[in-house]
Amino acid sequence: MHFNNTPKKSRLTSFRLVAGLVVLTLFAAACGGDDNNSADETLLNDAVATYVAGVHAAYETSAVSARAMDAAIDSFLTAPSQVALSAARQSWIVAREDYGPTEVFRFYGGPIDNEQTGTEGLINAWPLDEGYIDYVEGSPNSGIINNPEDYPQISSEVLLELNELGGEANVSTGWHAIEFLLWGQDLDPTGAGNRPFQDYTTNANAQRRSQYLSIASDLLLTHLDELVAAWAPGGGNYRATFEALDSQEALALAFTGIGEMSRGELAGERMNVAYSERSQEDEHSCFSDNTHNDIIGNARGVEMVLFGSYPGGVSGTGLLDVVADVDRSLAKQLRGEIATSVSATRAIPAPFDQHLLDGVSDEDPGRRSVLTAIELLETQTDTIVAAADALGIALNVS
Amino acid sequence: MVEPRKQQLKTTVLILSVLSALTGLILLLGSCANDTIVLDPNLGGDTTRAETSRNSFGLPAPTLTNEQRRTFEVGDSFFTQNWVSAPASTSGRDGLGPTFNAQSCSSCHTLDGRGAPPDPDNNEVRLGLLLRLSVPGSNPITGIPLDVPRYGGQLQDRSLLGVPAEGTLRVHYQTVTGSYGDGTTYELRVPTYEIVEPAFGPLPDNILTSPRLAPQVIGMGLLQAIPTESILAAADPEDINGDGISGRPNMVWDERLKTTTLGRFGWKANIATVEQQSAAAFHGDIGITSALHRLENCPEAQTACVNAPNGGTPELTDSRLAAVDLYMRTLAVPAMRNHQDAQVIAGAQLFDVYGCASCHTTTQSTDASDIAALENQTIHPYTDLLLHDMGPGLADGRPDFLANGSEWRTPPLWGIGLIDDINGHRFLLHDGRARTFSEAILWHGGEAEPSKEMFRLASAQEREQILAFLEAL
Repeated sequence: MHFNNTPKKSRLTSFRLVAGLVVLTLFAAACGGDDNNSADETLLNDAVATYVAGVHAAYETSAVSARAMDAAIDSFLTAPSQVALSAARQSWIVAREDYGPTEVFRFYGGPIDNEQTGTEGLINAWPLDEGYIDYVEGSPNSGIINNPEDYPQISSEVLLELNELGGEANVSTGWHAIEFLLWGQDLDPTGAGNRPFQDYTTNANAQRRSQYLSIASDLLLTHLDELVAAWAPGGGNYRATFEALDSQEALALAFTGIGEMSRGELAGERMNVAYSERSQEDEHSCFSDNTHNDIIGNARGVEMVLFGSYPGGVSGTGLLDVVADVDRSLAKQLRGEIATSVSATRAIPAPFDQHLLDGVSDEDPGRRSVLTAIELLETQTDTIVAAADALGIALNVS
Repeated sequence: MVEPRKQQLKTTVLILSVLSALTGLILLLGSCANDTIVLDPNLGGDTTRAETSRNSFGLPAPTLTNEQRRTFEVGDSFFTQNWVSAPASTSGRDGLGPTFNAQSCSSCHTLDGRGAPPDPDNNEVRLGLLLRLSVPGSNPITGIPLDVPRYGGQLQDRSLLGVPAEGTLRVHYQTVTGSYGDGTTYELRVPTYEIVEPAFGPLPDNILTSPRLAPQVIGMGLLQAIPTESILAAADPEDINGDGISGRPNMVWDERLKTTTLGRFGWKANIATVEQQSAAAFHGDIGITSALHRLENCPEAQTACVNAPNGGTPELTDSRLAAVDLYMRTLAVPAMRNHQDAQVIAGAQLFDVYGCASCHTTTQSTDASDIAALENQTIHPYTDLLLHDMGPGLADGRPDFLANGSEWRTPPLWGIGLIDDINGHRFLLHDGRARTFSEAILWHGGEAEPSKEMFRLASAQEREQILAFLEAL
């Protein structure tokens, strides 16, 4: 199963994996004599300390730029205009860039995708059932916004409740809901969506749409703030739980995140599915045509954990340093591969959906760039698994 | 037909205490002879993954090629992601409904695992149990049970905005108590099912229903690669060997071959292949059309359903159906845990002694497959893929092809020890009525009555050993 961006009940579905995914073989401890696989304990502790500080900083950075987006959205809704709409859209793209790298903190049942309390599905649900939210081509009256009879009030309570309706979500919140409300459907084969700002002034149900966008943005901030709090220093939260783990066990979770992101999630689900199926809209930020940046953001997430270098100036012992302590050449190989794979994602020409069109040859430079990045991410994952193994961590990732 | 069997069972029950006493002796002799069985932890042969996390049902067989692994990811994506209402920008993933039970495969097969029945005690919606519907009789050519007028062959209890759902499935449980041979008591939940507020007029008096729980979906390609001859060879429909266990193959309509073939999948072995099982579930459960089910699942009387927009013709393309098929067939089987533990080994021996292994066949071999990783594997699925009469307690009374209302297919047992780790529950049997391994065993009747009785009358220690073995699978 792949991690699924769906909220609430099907948050159960949403784990690709979780704590315990990793079987620690703990060679040295168990077997005495042979301690080749044992990294220096201080180094392990430093790596854990860097990781938790880094996760906190990354979420904090994301919350800050999301707050700026929220302000831009408020400005737009207060005085709707084309200029203000463009500014709000730009603020979404900027904020999105900070969120992407944090997705590497998924896949082990941490605060983002804990079975009971995880908010991934509310924050980043995809695909978006846009017809559940607002009008779509061919269906001018669809969606909650255009249904005042059934939904007289649009409030955060209503949206959260609707997210749970029927035991699993018709997704109605998060980054992509906001994206849809800013851009509208991507009906232009060469560009992004082009929702008129009049949707927020004179068009049908403008007031309700405005409420919806405002609330969706507020909810995103709330959920991001919760993640910041879960990873904040001071105790009594998930960070404290994480820090209390045996250091190797904690690092196994960090490895799980990068291993699963690298191949199963990024190379596999997000890139290869779109690439091989040539489904032009099988891309995550389809309304804004921003998928290329999502891909770079996810790849950078893997890089930052390996290098121990996070947003907000947090820098310290990365997983690579720990690997180098037991196998210098393997660490060097991985260092090279991660640099190459991140470059390869940056080399994919935007917009991503142009590489998915029928009739574009596999030899086309754009399609080749996508495949190259996929292959590099796959190779890098094998090395990540080998690196974990060198540390006595048996990593079973997709 | 029924009476002689009952008598036979009674006789069997009578001699059980003797057998039970003998069991200990047999084991004792077994261990004295030092021929303790050796358990192979690689239940899925080379496709096995030694994994115990919440994703241990969700990993690809490690022996796939890179290309197959990418196809696996595509299938995974279409198994896991929600379908949305049409039309939508995500044009490859729209077409949900108009009526449906779930928005994705994974919403019931959570983490490629097991769904849960509705919770009668609170309003929490749990996905994973659906209700098959029919009226007596079957299609003369295909053998498919006849649809219920205005409702079809399955109750779709959810729908798109503006389209009525067919009704709501409600379950009520009544508790009955029983006791083990040593006097320890147990409770079983006896379910009854109710269709609340049927939306298209009263349901016919002769309606037949069958609740079906979404099972874990590991190792299915291996089951498909077991040669038909091996499965048929194990069948003993007239119980010629006189062990009280018949074992009948279900012969079902093959939508690809347009003929009748051996059924292997589904609770009544009512589907021939993983591909057809997947396509049928896409259609019946999510409302997604494919090459195998081209028309939306809308009985004529359901006009809003008929008139709702669709997401393409078909909504699931051939290549995506093929990818889902590969995905389903190559989900790895997790390795057995604690296979050298003395309790587990003792439990495995009892599993054999009690006769459980007569149907839950320990070892099977696969033959040729278009997926090399699945070929020529020695596997331990603990199923014969045959139908067995499980007695009136479990009977649904609804025939399905050759399966009568009391027969169920032996479900595979590999991975069952991990269900609670993955899905947070252990609702077992076809409708999830059992909450523990013990309850599931105690529900066994019919052909399995003697084995069930051996378990019930066994010492607490032996019962623990059996449970330890199941836990390790």
